[in-house]
Amino acid sequence: MILFESVSKKFASTTALDDISLEIKQGEFVFIVGPSGAGKSTLLRILTRETVPSSGIIKVGDKDITKIKDQDIPLLRRKIGVVFQDFKLLDDRTVFENVALTLEVLGKNDGEIAKQVEHILKLVEIWDRKNLFPRQLSGGEAQRTVIARAIVGKPDILLADEPTGDLDPKTAWGVIQLLNEINSWGTTIIMATHNQEIVNTLKRRVIILKKGKISSDSKEGKYEIH
Amino acid sequence: MQAIAASMVMFITFLALLTFILVAAGSETSLKYFESKPQVIAFFKEGTTDADISAIKNALSQEPRVTKTKYVSKEEALKIYREKNRSDPALLELVTASILPASLEISTNDPKDLRPVAEILKKEPAVSEVIVPEDVVATLTSVTRIIRIVGSAIVGFLMIFATLVIVMIIGFKIRLKRNEIEIMRLLGASPSFIRNPFLCEGIFYGMAGAFCAWIVVYALLWYFTPFLQGYLGEVKLLPVNPLFMLLMLLCALFAACIVGGLGSFSAVRRYLKI
Repeated sequence: MILFESVSKKFASTTALDDISLEIKQGEFVFIVGPSGAGKSTLLRILTRETVPSSGIIKVGDKDITKIKDQDIPLLRRKIGVVFQDFKLLDDRTVFENVALTLEVLGKNDGEIAKQVEHILKLVEIWDRKNLFPRQLSGGEAQRTVIARAIVGKPDILLADEPTGDLDPKTAWGVIQLLNEINSWGTTIIMATHNQEIVNTLKRRVIILKKGKISSDSKEGKYEIH
Repeated sequence: MQAIAASMVMFITFLALLTFILVAAGSETSLKYFESKPQVIAFFKEGTTDADISAIKNALSQEPRVTKTKYVSKEEALKIYREKNRSDPALLELVTASILPASLEISTNDPKDLRPVAEILKKEPAVSEVIVPEDVVATLTSVTRIIRIVGSAIVGFLMIFATLVIVMIIGFKIRLKRNEIEIMRLLGASPSFIRNPFLCEGIFYGMAGAFCAWIVVYALLWYFTPFLQGYLGEVKLLPVNPLFMLLMLLCALFAACIVGGLGSFSAVRRYLKI
């Protein structure tokens, strides 16, 4: 489903990704781990075409996303949901409106939007918070809103960049369980994290990046911080 | 606040534009009125016979510069006099048809022909006096020209100014909403989905300003119509035809779309990188 072939990304004199090759199958849950500056975020940003690699091929489905035209980028992004550590919620919109934005972008009508947003907010258990603004939410509620926004459009892939970074352990586990459930529906999840406990408890595929290179890629991997 | 500022600038611009159009149309109509009106008036001496008058009319009908002649008898002159002074009975009391001269009103195609026609009439023994109001036409022509030049310059300047204000305000809004734009991009929004609200916003400011300006201009025109009618006298400019006002509104809205759309389009091209 996702294929990286000899992908490198250079920013001026810095090499963020160096000759990365990997394959991620449909429905996999993959942790991308590594120290700060290892290239985790760059790898995710390349997948959403926020940035283009300096060399190499990246295929999502059967399309090489390094070669797609600018007008096709929105179509790629509609297949990929993104969860950010800093939430990136719109402060002047309610929880409901933030989630509805994804469906507005997809061109859904008001009736469909109301129905699907209600379904997804109940699923992530924040339906009772639908009329609150982001500043009125706890960290866990805000992250659940972001997850709801990312999955309401039924993407094939969900990218999560440090989704538990700013959350307390209990709330973080709630978010991880939610991501696990989403993965069980068949959505591919790629999660960049520093959280050793979560990685080691879930026993999913772990790709360790160091200085832009893959230092380890194991199926039921572990992550040890030395 | 930005929305109010943008709409106010558009309002002032279109207030000037609509006022200019009205004044220009008014002066143009006045000019046409004076150009088409019997410009040369020849007054006949007391005792002039119908045969003398017919002879003069026949002579003028051979003159290619003359388009129309109209004879105004003493009785008709009295009728016109009474009509004009009906609000002042003191002026009506002593005047009878016998003291008013009969006259001949002569129209020409070109105001330049007025003077030669007047010279012909002055040679007629039956004619006591010839009035040539060509100075009015000359003055009105130059006034109309000045209105066109000055009005176009002012409106042109205001249009450019309004466009730049829209560019500035939409650009400011784009910068203010950059997080929202970034999120929409990541959610897969098409460029038009992100761009169109900004384009519509500029057009809305333009149309709101133009519509308000039209309402104000129409209201002022309606309020001052009785006063202006007295001032304009015989020139039938007022009340302005509602269809003309409706046409003005449509033209103003169209121009507002162009100005607002151009301003917001420039802002989007300059500040919105999708």
